[in-house]
Amino acid sequence: MAKLHVSTTINGEPMEFLCEPNDTMLDALRGPLGLTGSKEGCASGDCGACSIMLDDRLVCSCLMLSAEAEGCEIRTIEGMAHGEKLHPLQQKFLEMAALQCGICTSGMLVASEALLKKNPQPSEEEVRFWLAGNLCRCTGYDKIVRAVLETAAEMRQARN
Amino acid sequence: MTDIRYLAPNTLDEAIGAFAAAGSTARILAGGTDLLVQMRSGAVKPGLIVDIKKISEMTTIEETADGTFRVGAAVPGAVLAEHPRFGKVWPGVLEAVNLIGSTQVQGRASAGGNLCNSSPAADSVPALIAAGAIVTIQGPDGRREMPVEKVPAGPGRTNLKPGEILVSFTLPPRPPGSGDAYLRMIPRTEMDIAVVGCGVSLTLKDGVCTAARVGLGAVAPTVLLVEAAAKALVGSKLGDAALNAAASACSAACRPIDDKRGTIAYRTKIAGVLLKRTAAIAAGRAGRN
Amino acid sequence: MNVITNNKWIGQRTIRPDGVDKVTGRAAFAADTTMPGQIWGKILRSPHPHARIRSIDTSKAEALPGVKAVITARDIVNFPIDKPVILGIQDMRWMCRNVMAREKALFPGHPVAAVAATTEAIAAKACELIEVDYEVLPWAIEIDDALKPDAPILHEFNKFEGKPSNIAGKLEVKKGDIVKGFAEAEVVIERTFTTRPVHQGYIEPHACLVSVAADNKTTIWSSSQGQFMVRAMTAYLTGFPQSDIRAIPAEIGGGFGGKTIVYLEPLATLLAKKSGRPVKMVMTREEVMRATGPTSGSKSTVKIGARKDGTIVAAQGTFYLQAGALPGSPIRGAVGCSFSPYDIPNVLSVGYDVLSNRSKVAAYRAPGAPIGAFAVECVMDELAEALKMDPLELRLKNAAKQGTKAAHGPVFPRIGYIETLEAAKAHPHYHAPLGKLQGKPRGRGVASGFWFNAGGESSAQVNITEDGNVVVTTGHPDIGGSRAAIANVCAELLGIDYRRVSVLIGDTATVGFSNLTGGSRVLFASAMVVTQSAEKVITTLRERAAKIWEIDPEAVKWENGAAHPASPNAGQFEPLTLAELAAKAPQMGGPIGAGVQLNTEGAEGGFGTHICDVEVDIELGIVRVIRYTAVQDVGRAVHPGYVEGQMQGGVAQGIGWALNEEYIYNRDGKVDNPGFLDYRMPVCSDLPMLDTVMVEVPNPKHPQGVKGVGEVPLVPVMAAVANAVHYALGRRFYSLPMSPPKVLAELEAKG
Repeated sequence: MAKLHVSTTINGEPMEFLCEPNDTMLDALRGPLGLTGSKEGCASGDCGACSIMLDDRLVCSCLMLSAEAEGCEIRTIEGMAHGEKLHPLQQKFLEMAALQCGICTSGMLVASEALLKKNPQPSEEEVRFWLAGNLCRCTGYDKIVRAVLETAAEMRQARN
Repeated sequence: MTDIRYLAPNTLDEAIGAFAAAGSTARILAGGTDLLVQMRSGAVKPGLIVDIKKISEMTTIEETADGTFRVGAAVPGAVLAEHPRFGKVWPGVLEAVNLIGSTQVQGRASAGGNLCNSSPAADSVPALIAAGAIVTIQGPDGRREMPVEKVPAGPGRTNLKPGEILVSFTLPPRPPGSGDAYLRMIPRTEMDIAVVGCGVSLTLKDGVCTAARVGLGAVAPTVLLVEAAAKALVGSKLGDAALNAAASACSAACRPIDDKRGTIAYRTKIAGVLLKRTAAIAAGRAGRN
Repeated sequence: MNVITNNKWIGQRTIRPDGVDKVTGRAAFAADTTMPGQIWGKILRSPHPHARIRSIDTSKAEALPGVKAVITARDIVNFPIDKPVILGIQDMRWMCRNVMAREKALFPGHPVAAVAATTEAIAAKACELIEVDYEVLPWAIEIDDALKPDAPILHEFNKFEGKPSNIAGKLEVKKGDIVKGFAEAEVVIERTFTTRPVHQGYIEPHACLVSVAADNKTTIWSSSQGQFMVRAMTAYLTGFPQSDIRAIPAEIGGGFGGKTIVYLEPLATLLAKKSGRPVKMVMTREEVMRATGPTSGSKSTVKIGARKDGTIVAAQGTFYLQAGALPGSPIRGAVGCSFSPYDIPNVLSVGYDVLSNRSKVAAYRAPGAPIGAFAVECVMDELAEALKMDPLELRLKNAAKQGTKAAHGPVFPRIGYIETLEAAKAHPHYHAPLGKLQGKPRGRGVASGFWFNAGGESSAQVNITEDGNVVVTTGHPDIGGSRAAIANVCAELLGIDYRRVSVLIGDTATVGFSNLTGGSRVLFASAMVVTQSAEKVITTLRERAAKIWEIDPEAVKWENGAAHPASPNAGQFEPLTLAELAAKAPQMGGPIGAGVQLNTEGAEGGFGTHICDVEVDIELGIVRVIRYTAVQDVGRAVHPGYVEGQMQGGVAQGIGWALNEEYIYNRDGKVDNPGFLDYRMPVCSDLPMLDTVMVEVPNPKHPQGVKGVGEVPLVPVMAAVANAVHYALGRRFYSLPMSPPKVLAELEAKG
């Protein structure tokens, strides 16, 4: 089969690319689309470093064929900040040292943002179980969980 | 240039036509959380990938007037969880589907994919068996139904005929006083394949169990319907004697293997432990209904 | 040396200079780099645990359209077996056989050939077309199997006590006379412990991109813990002079010691040279798990004897650690660190390096020490129980302190071990009620640990920009937040706002020689050279001000980012700021900047004492850690957030090692769990919050009092967890991991 042509929307922008039928969305992001913020840690859906939003659903981009992006809305880590303005989660991760090497950080942030959209007031347990698919080997998760909980509290405050 | 083809048909007939024509090298793509991993590892080399997510019958959930649920085979667990009523009626099936993998995986993985992948340790299957789910299958020869426990034929194999696609699950109306639950043993708190999985569905009337079904996973080449365990529960008040008997029946039904996830001895022992715990949760839910 | 104690920036939780890039996905890790014209490299790996390579036929691979180069061991410089060639912590005889099998394939996954082609798919297909004639040999993986009298010998040239053996080395440390010592003991505990091999578990697979020009000028971007190591190893293995190689460290996605050697860079370099194209190589997760350097499995026997009053009189340890396919297990850490927290008059500590048909081990966070500490700290716990003493009291009674001659040789200077014990003893965690849950007994355990910490070579430059700000170039890849700490130090020294300091990591062409990121040395070493560089810059700034004021430089002081007259006698002058002096630099003498290159000395070891609470589901055998407090003697926490982070990360790795992580081999000697699904590292929901207590006993030999902090946190963890499990269940576990089937079997065995 010749390469497939895919038209999709990424971080609000319409984009097109060519791919093999068996390329994953992660391959497409890191290859023809030049969006290397999503990382490959395992290519088997076990580490979450490739996490993206697909039509408002948190998924692993390594578990999705890039062909499936046709007509969908995809959001990646590159779309989280608005120009110079970091998302509160990004800012909090920096303030609370919730990253060390940074390889899991893109996935953690995308997953955390998805959580707070769905549940603006998660408990510690809910945060931990939501993020169970995002492996981190550097931090022991402590500061990540604290950063998510504090951001959630601040975002609720800001809304009130 | 590869020799793999990808198709995303809009109708079930188109899907079956292409799937059947491509023979044994074709694979159905629902959530992809098994298929893509298998392609990446080289375990599966499909010639044709048929993406069925545009077919509405496979991706929708219906509740009929009499309380029957029809769940499309490709409905992701996360979507099932957002249905206003499904989780209230079938909390066990819902929790089983939503224990598969991570939050990311649950955004895509479906009960249909989980069943047809036919891992002995599939999380959704013991709960679906306990629920008495019936699957609807369509193929080149037409449509048919079969009990969910008859679908798996062995590790990685189903009893679907060539060209057949699993279309949906039908869950029967719930009598009052019914409850279901699913528990699994995994070494961590998430992300592991079940070492043993147990699904229990019960109906209680005045504290007495009038109906029960027990599904047990990861202890045999296919997920088991353990009729002896259910028998031990029916007619009892779910006291220690009945639960112990059901637990023993589960341990006796085990034909597990030693592998990197568990040993024969371990699985056999905890099958019984899980039965008791799962039955207790199902009974609690039944009591509240 | 005067330890600087002002803390306008030192001790502050500043935002790391590389942080914004990392939270926006912009930071460039090795696999993110691309070059025009790049092609892909793939490796053909041995399927056999042990096989002689009779021949390799690459002709079909070379003929496949799209293939641009194929290499085998023939293309790699050979280091003959009879002549050791030491490079840093490695021996090139083993490195040249590790990056590619030479005479023999020594483990499943051992590279046998490599291909570069225009797509990954073509490179992979080409690998399949390479024909290797193997003579399959019997293999041995487990220590007991490798030491059997009739065990298959991995290397005939390796002799121990005169005969070919799988023991590649022995290390012994002795103090006093243990025979006399044990004779005085009134209570003696002797136990044998086993641990399984575990992987460092970094989430980023190894990756590199190498470009080689026609004249051999080579540029390497790679994920590594040492760009100078990459340059040197690649030079040795390719024969290129080091001056032809520029090794650029990409951002590194975790290492923990596993990236202190090279696997891909020399192969990519040779492929790039042969093909004339830049070559990119990225490992898959499976390759990482099978063919990089997970640490040793071990078998240790520890015997400790004490008088009834708790004074330890003798200690003996025998530690067998797997080296893997080639010599070099971390017996030094096991032998040297395990007894170091204690003042024991008679010690004999012996380690054996055991060859086995699994991948060659690489360093893993305090290499060898966690293995030794697991054994010693569990025996200490049993000893405390036998003596009816509180386990922290037993340690306090025998604690090493300033003046103690450590078992491994040196006399300790001012150390902070006792402070960690006292802080643990006083901590609310130690006194909190454990609580109870039906069917889930709880327990509390403690353990201590020590790690050497290193100094070593470091280079830095501190340059003042024309607009009066600062660029610091340092030599070590940043694996845990060191750029933030370095910026804190520089801002403090120059008396300017932290945000005016930019910290960059140089490559081999842009910064002086700097040793590995490892050994908990990055901040220790780089802060030392940055301090000296900054002091030279301050001297220059004072001289410039003195020139402008026409006074003696001795009469100028540097304070709060400006030059001031040192006293009223010097004259009345308005302060001259850094920006003002920078602006005048061209007329007043030229560029303002300084660089320092040193072999830093004065590194001191670190100690930790940990408290762990567990809860055990006794029907299923599942152990969960429900509370954890790590106390560590950190010297000076220049950036507390990243020091805490090191402690928490080490604890999490130790919990995984204690409970669920292990290499599982199948009947054919192959790794059965080469992925994150079945190699079970802790996930977020597995762990509680990890509390940390940083005890600051500044290192008097360091300008900011810094001690290494990164490795100590892993050392005490497994014993802390095992001791907690013992408290909960009344059972001791002498083998890791304490996975559910093992826990349940143990509970059932004794009824």
